[in-house]
Amino acid sequence: MKFTLKWLKEHLDTDASLQEITDALTMLGLELESVEDRGAALTAFTIAHVIEAKQHPNADRLRVCMVDVGGETVQVVCGAPNARTGMKGVFAPAGAFIPGTGIELKPGNIRGEASNGMLCSERELMISEDHDGIIDLPEDAPVGARYVDYAGIDDPVIDIAITPNRADCLGVRGVARDLAAAGLGTLKPLDSSPVDGQFDSPINWQIEFADDQQHLCPLVAGRYFRGVTNGPSPKWMQDRLIAVGLRPISALVDITNYVMLDVGRPLHAYDADKVDGDIIIRNAKPGEKYLALNGREYNFDPEMIVIGDQHGPDDLAGIMGGERTGCSDDTTNMFLEVAIFDETNVAATGRKLNVLSDARYRFERGLDQISPYWGTELATKLVLEICGGTASTVVMAGPGREWQRQIGLRHSRIKALCGVDISEADAKRILGALAFEVSGDGETMQVTPPPWRGDIDGEADLVEEIVRINGFDKIAAVSLSRPHVISRPALSPAQQRVRKARRTLAGRGMVEAVTFSFMPGALAKRFGGGSPALHLVNPISSDLDVMRPSILPNLLSAAAQNLNQSVTEIALFEVGPQYADDTPKGQAIMATGLRIGDTGPRHWSHDARAVDAYDAKADAIALLDELGAPTANLQVSIDAPDWYHPGRSGSLRLGPNVIAWFGEIHPAVLQQLDIKSPAVGFELFIERVPMPKSKRSGHAKAMLSPSPFQPVTRDFAFIVDHDVAAENLLRSAKGADKDLISGVGLFDDYQGKGVGDGKKSLAIWVTLQPKTATLTEDEINSAADRIVAAVAKSCGGELRG
Amino acid sequence: MDAIDKIRERTLAAIVAAADPGQLDAVRVAAIGKKGDVTGLMKTLGSLEPDARRAFGQAVNQLKDDVQSALDARRAVLDSAALDARLMAERIDVTKPARFQGQGRIHPISRTIDELTAIFTEMGFTVAEGPDIETDFYNFKALNFPDDHPARQEHDTFYLPPDAEGSSKVLRTHTSPVQIRTMEKVTPPIRIIVPGRTFRSDHDATHSPMFHQVEGLVIDKKTHMGHLKGCLIDFCRAFFDVDDLPVRFRPSYFPFTEPSAEVDIGCSRDGGGLKIGGGDDWLEILGSGMVHPRVLEYCGVDPNEYQGFAFGMGIERITMLKYGIPDLRPFYDSDLRWLRHYGFLPLQVPTIAEGLNG
Repeated sequence: MKFTLKWLKEHLDTDASLQEITDALTMLGLELESVEDRGAALTAFTIAHVIEAKQHPNADRLRVCMVDVGGETVQVVCGAPNARTGMKGVFAPAGAFIPGTGIELKPGNIRGEASNGMLCSERELMISEDHDGIIDLPEDAPVGARYVDYAGIDDPVIDIAITPNRADCLGVRGVARDLAAAGLGTLKPLDSSPVDGQFDSPINWQIEFADDQQHLCPLVAGRYFRGVTNGPSPKWMQDRLIAVGLRPISALVDITNYVMLDVGRPLHAYDADKVDGDIIIRNAKPGEKYLALNGREYNFDPEMIVIGDQHGPDDLAGIMGGERTGCSDDTTNMFLEVAIFDETNVAATGRKLNVLSDARYRFERGLDQISPYWGTELATKLVLEICGGTASTVVMAGPGREWQRQIGLRHSRIKALCGVDISEADAKRILGALAFEVSGDGETMQVTPPPWRGDIDGEADLVEEIVRINGFDKIAAVSLSRPHVISRPALSPAQQRVRKARRTLAGRGMVEAVTFSFMPGALAKRFGGGSPALHLVNPISSDLDVMRPSILPNLLSAAAQNLNQSVTEIALFEVGPQYADDTPKGQAIMATGLRIGDTGPRHWSHDARAVDAYDAKADAIALLDELGAPTANLQVSIDAPDWYHPGRSGSLRLGPNVIAWFGEIHPAVLQQLDIKSPAVGFELFIERVPMPKSKRSGHAKAMLSPSPFQPVTRDFAFIVDHDVAAENLLRSAKGADKDLISGVGLFDDYQGKGVGDGKKSLAIWVTLQPKTATLTEDEINSAADRIVAAVAKSCGGELRG
Repeated sequence: MDAIDKIRERTLAAIVAAADPGQLDAVRVAAIGKKGDVTGLMKTLGSLEPDARRAFGQAVNQLKDDVQSALDARRAVLDSAALDARLMAERIDVTKPARFQGQGRIHPISRTIDELTAIFTEMGFTVAEGPDIETDFYNFKALNFPDDHPARQEHDTFYLPPDAEGSSKVLRTHTSPVQIRTMEKVTPPIRIIVPGRTFRSDHDATHSPMFHQVEGLVIDKKTHMGHLKGCLIDFCRAFFDVDDLPVRFRPSYFPFTEPSAEVDIGCSRDGGGLKIGGGDDWLEILGSGMVHPRVLEYCGVDPNEYQGFAFGMGIERITMLKYGIPDLRPFYDSDLRWLRHYGFLPLQVPTIAEGLNG
């Protein structure tokens, strides 16, 4: 919302400086966006009359001008092609700072002729880009006057942000009222006394809503103006409109805009001669449309409120008038509309048709409920003053709306809610300054908000008004009391695990990424997602149109970008949500990782090794260990989803539950993403990891009882069929004597010469840990026999000879 | 006796002269081996008179002990020299690069969430969460956003397709729905923060369609706006590590708080660089207010008994301000060069004991 300082002072009698005013605005909740003081740099520039411009004796392109700057004649050498005898221009005296060139003007001598100033172009004043010649002012421009006064730019433009609740501040007067309440001056009276009508309006209102739709237009006023002269509006009005970014059009249109900006009351002016009969307000009919004043055509639907005559609608209520019945320079009879429309309906219509207008902005936020009365009179005075003519009596219509309400206010609530002492007298003074009516005292005050404060509907609103005007800076800050001397954990065990997952994976050399929760629909399908329910209705782009079913594709896309930057070793992870459906339960917290390239840069100590599925498996298991999962019980099944390489991937399970997937990413997926190096990854469902059982008996750990007897390790090599799972072999070896065997491990997997086609040799170590006595050779041999037997039984393995 | 002295002299000299374990062993054999000189002397004992035998025996034993000590001493010297020589031969070039263990990074967003969690933990808050895909009720209605009100349009909401009943779920536009979800479940007193993902259909240099917010909610019987100020001033000063950071509260509007305040922190922009604290400029960093009575009512909390405040702040924004990260978009680009540069080491955990500043 823009206005100028002088405009503000039309409503506010104040000695406050610009700085005081702008500071106060922000602290009132009318946040200052900018102040533009267009005239500040131009105060030295005056209007001058070129008495004579003659050819420079020593330069073809220059003229020597004798310039009357108001009581004094100065010689100026000028190079502008349009400098001529008799013209009026803008003069900068020696010593003036020229904003457009950034230099201070010095008296000089140009090719033998003295030059004691300068006639300026618009660009030199930085008021436009025009530099074709010097400013050529009309003949009646007052010689010697300051240019900024003449041009109406000696008036800072203030721009403030208005929050959606403060519809009353969408007019300069509302802003002035807030400032006055805060002690920055006095609100001047506004003359909206009735102007007597000279005749009955030949146009009347016809409201044609269904009985249950009468609320759509609670109140409308109209007035007929006969014999007006429409031409340019007065300069003061044009200056203000231009200052806030509006283009002057004609007096009648400018008056409607000016009243809207001045007091927040949008108006509409019909050319009465283009209206046939009465003006009708009703719901639109299917198929109706109109050409709006912005030159665009809009199709109505029956929800919308339209205004027109017997030839059809030509105005979208509260949003924009139409071309057919709008005013033009030739308008001599005008009909003025000052209405209230249903705010919700205006907002919905504006949104459906995507029309933005200053009127809609105000209508949908809510107008002064009695403004059709006073707004009509304000506008009438301006029309008669500027355009002449005579006004009819006012024609009113509409069922009215009950806007008056009493809200209870307890004085104690101010302190209780805001922690600041404000006396009852001060509270009443503030409410009074904002035009709230207060009756009663103490804990039983009754407050009636003024008709322009539709946002006030409860005690808390009243408290806010009082505390806001009194100043938030008067509220003393109080630190929160600590509920416990020693802080308790803020994170639940489940939340702690999510955080631990990040640190664990980063500790394994992986870099955390945060990627969008959405992704391209086509890619989502490849990863089991893309159901219609998770398609955004209004995505920002087709690349971000579906909620991600998996984090992997986002990491893969990120990897592709990094590969393009010649980063060749990639280890990325993300801990975050993925979405199986649109319910809270469908959102799972995943720890997902991706590795591409070698395990590290080439190094003298070992050959480079490309990452493989076992690296991804190691990441997943290390994370499970850190999260407290019983990883000794993990089982691998060969059933990872189809975005993994079918022969190089698996699921990690605890009992029947899949906890994670790992493996090489399917080459077809990589091809789709244009990734040329093999990639491995894992996806771990953090919430599926069982929570360690809570300890009922404190935090003490079970007693450690290390065995005093020597453990023994023996190696075995088994020949088994090629497709025997190593995990089965290890598990059956370990299961051969659960009490005695404390550990098993695979240390060789050999295929080729010496083991036969379709076979492989798996070599394992087994550690035996006796608990009651040192093992004898017989006991060791017996254990070895049981191990061999168990492996033979479960895997068909035989000892390698 | 002369024989003893001669043997001693000769043998000890030979021991000292032995240059390697082989020579030393030869000396040993020559002295105390089966046919050695000292052993030879022992064999002559039997032929002596008892008195002479005792004296001679003592002398020979002494000789034998002396030789053995000398042998041991020399062997230690030779062994040590041999070890030195071997170790020198085993020398490696220890300036070669060590085996490489890559270091990962924590994303700045996670880091900031950890930092602010540490601070609010000290003030007695716990962390609450809610779903990213929300109903209109939790995202808007229960937060006192009227239908079709301009305040709702300002949120640039992402919508999912309408269900059979015609109601559309939304991607939550703020973390505030978790206020409602918490108050529905928990009887006050409540002190929660809610860090999480939020979504708005806005994409330019300073807006991302997905970003992170942290919500705060305090509900009890006595918390007033002075506490709101105290809590947020304490937070801002701790987070930005500026003890005298100016913090300004100015009136604003949010449908779910009344009164509402936006919060600015003091900064200076002298010399082009932004400095938090000092100066006479202000930076808006968060929105806050006293929870609207109607919101309490929606959650079944009696506004005549309970009251409190709520706030919400952009996590990326405070991260950028604190750590001097100039642009928003790279937060989500996963460019490893950016992540390694602006990310944090995994064990650099912000705690009160170790400090909160990376």
